[in-house]
Amino acid sequence: MFAFIIRRLLQSVLVMLTVALIAFGLFRFVGDPINNLVGQETTLQDREKLRETLGLNDPFVVQYWNYVVNTSKGNFGFSYMHRRPVKDMLLERMPATLELSLISVILALFIGVPMGVYTGLHRNGILAKAFMSLSLIGISLPTFLIGIVLILLFGVILRWLPTFGRGEVVALGAWSTGLLTVSGLKALIMPSITLALFQMTLIMRLVRSEMLEVLRTDYIKFARARGLSNRAVNFGHALKNTLVPVITITGLQLGSVIAFAIITESVFQWPGMGKMFIEAVGDVDIPVMAAYLCLIALFFVVINLIVDLLYYAVDPRLRVDGGGGHG
Amino acid sequence: MPLIRGCGWMAVAVMAEYGQDQVVLLGTWARLADLLRRAGDSDIWYSFTRSPFTMVAGAVTMVIMLSALFAPLVAPHNPFDLASIDLMDASLPPAWMEEGDVRFLLGTDDQGRGILSTIIYGARISLGVGFASVIFALFLGVGLGLLSGYAGGTVDAVIMRVADIQLSFPAILLALLVDGVARGVLPRDTHDELAIYVLIFSIGISGWVQYARTVRGSTLVEKNKEYVQAARVIGRPAILIMLRHVLPNVMGPVLVIATIHLALAIITEATLSFLGVGVPVTEPSLGTLINTGQDFLFSGEWWITVFPGAVLAILVLAVNLLGDWLRDALNPKLR
Repeated sequence: MFAFIIRRLLQSVLVMLTVALIAFGLFRFVGDPINNLVGQETTLQDREKLRETLGLNDPFVVQYWNYVVNTSKGNFGFSYMHRRPVKDMLLERMPATLELSLISVILALFIGVPMGVYTGLHRNGILAKAFMSLSLIGISLPTFLIGIVLILLFGVILRWLPTFGRGEVVALGAWSTGLLTVSGLKALIMPSITLALFQMTLIMRLVRSEMLEVLRTDYIKFARARGLSNRAVNFGHALKNTLVPVITITGLQLGSVIAFAIITESVFQWPGMGKMFIEAVGDVDIPVMAAYLCLIALFFVVINLIVDLLYYAVDPRLRVDGGGGHG
Repeated sequence: MPLIRGCGWMAVAVMAEYGQDQVVLLGTWARLADLLRRAGDSDIWYSFTRSPFTMVAGAVTMVIMLSALFAPLVAPHNPFDLASIDLMDASLPPAWMEEGDVRFLLGTDDQGRGILSTIIYGARISLGVGFASVIFALFLGVGLGLLSGYAGGTVDAVIMRVADIQLSFPAILLALLVDGVARGVLPRDTHDELAIYVLIFSIGISGWVQYARTVRGSTLVEKNKEYVQAARVIGRPAILIMLRHVLPNVMGPVLVIATIHLALAIITEATLSFLGVGVPVTEPSLGTLINTGQDFLFSGEWWITVFPGAVLAILVLAVNLLGDWLRDALNPKLR
């Protein structure tokens, strides 16, 4: 157990260091950092002095190390475009993205799991087949297209919901939330559905196939033979055992939800981190790109780590052969 | 498919009729006919004809691909020929609506280009980029997977670790990042020229892992089989064993992955172009068309964005259905 955790932690640190190396490489070799900091009228001597004070003449390893230390303190440098610390920009926009992602995951879970259970139990029902066909369409439709269709339907034709922005936000200390105002909640509806739809179909299909698998097992047959009610068998015995992989996948998907938020945010002009990143890619604003990369990597690594440890805690088989094989 | 099979048999009959001399002349034809006859008799073809959904999906894919391929012949107008565009035709609704014009079946955009024509030319770019990036990812992934499985040891460990790390990030993020870096490294005008290649590279590089993992897995199984050992015993060089003996036996699942990857590559291309970091505006793909059309949504000109969007969705759905079918058809467990 202990060795497993240590190995897993080391692996995570290695991934983070690799990502930091890429981020640092972006900084150092894509364009000249000095040119991006100063204007045209700066003399060569001044540039050289600045280069020296910023430590750009140090050996590569030293620079990399400084970068890692700075980044781990949350110091991501200054945005080339906005001339502000990237840290402040990130903190400003993080609540928007996190609220959107969290609501989407909750939506996906609370709609996806019941749909999956239903289609698993009534495999040949008309409604179940309709759900399955719909889910194929849900997987095939690109996220941005779903967003546009929603905008066209509810924003332009019916005029029920706002088509862009977050509505009014309330500041709770450093955290600005849109969950406490009516306009904020209304603005959240379409983006969160857009973002949730893909995960929802994924969860539904997963729960369905797990249910089909579990319903075939002997202990379900035994439970039925004992004369337990359908309700107790389906939900108490079957669903419970399908939830382990569902939780795992949902956990892992949380990371990609945050990444996919890039698309949703730019369709709905949602003022979050994803939109900031896509603007940074367009403007070649390297510090912002690097910071976003590190942050997303951190999210992914932490989530992966938690899921792995949870798996270890839940599945006793892993404990016997010491983790077994490749991670 | 009786027609194809019929052609095959006919060719065989012709061969019998004409005797030995002509057989040499007819050799190539006969080989082609034989191939068709065998394709007509194969399990895959049989399962294709058994599934109406798949046949519709196949037909839809063929129609879109062929019209994209022969765009200059099929499209009613050339949207890039400035002489044929008339600003007077701008923003016309589809032909069946009141103010529609029969010349423009699906209406026109703000510059007077026919939507149908821009869609056909756009699909050409979307499919072109999609196919190119799938081929790129396939070569890279299959090559690395084969090497990883056959060589084992450190090579294997390094390649698979890289694959693991890459797999924990969504493909779209990686593609965005590669594109962003290319923007920074290349000067602006060079970048616009190379944008399509950058795009192909970024989508391809974000998709190789699936191929590599699958091929590695099958290679590990194949390399211990007798025919590989026999080839090794007679002293064939490792590179030839990999390419001539192992490779043909691990390609089955690769085809399935490639089909599903094509759908994904088309979506990724459309998404990147929609986000404004994909193909240059001068060569609009379906994603670019949807992006530019989005601005006109609020002024009621829905057709500029809805039709390219519908074509994109139908194309991806059809390719996905084909991929699903192929996976089941090639899976011996499901027969």
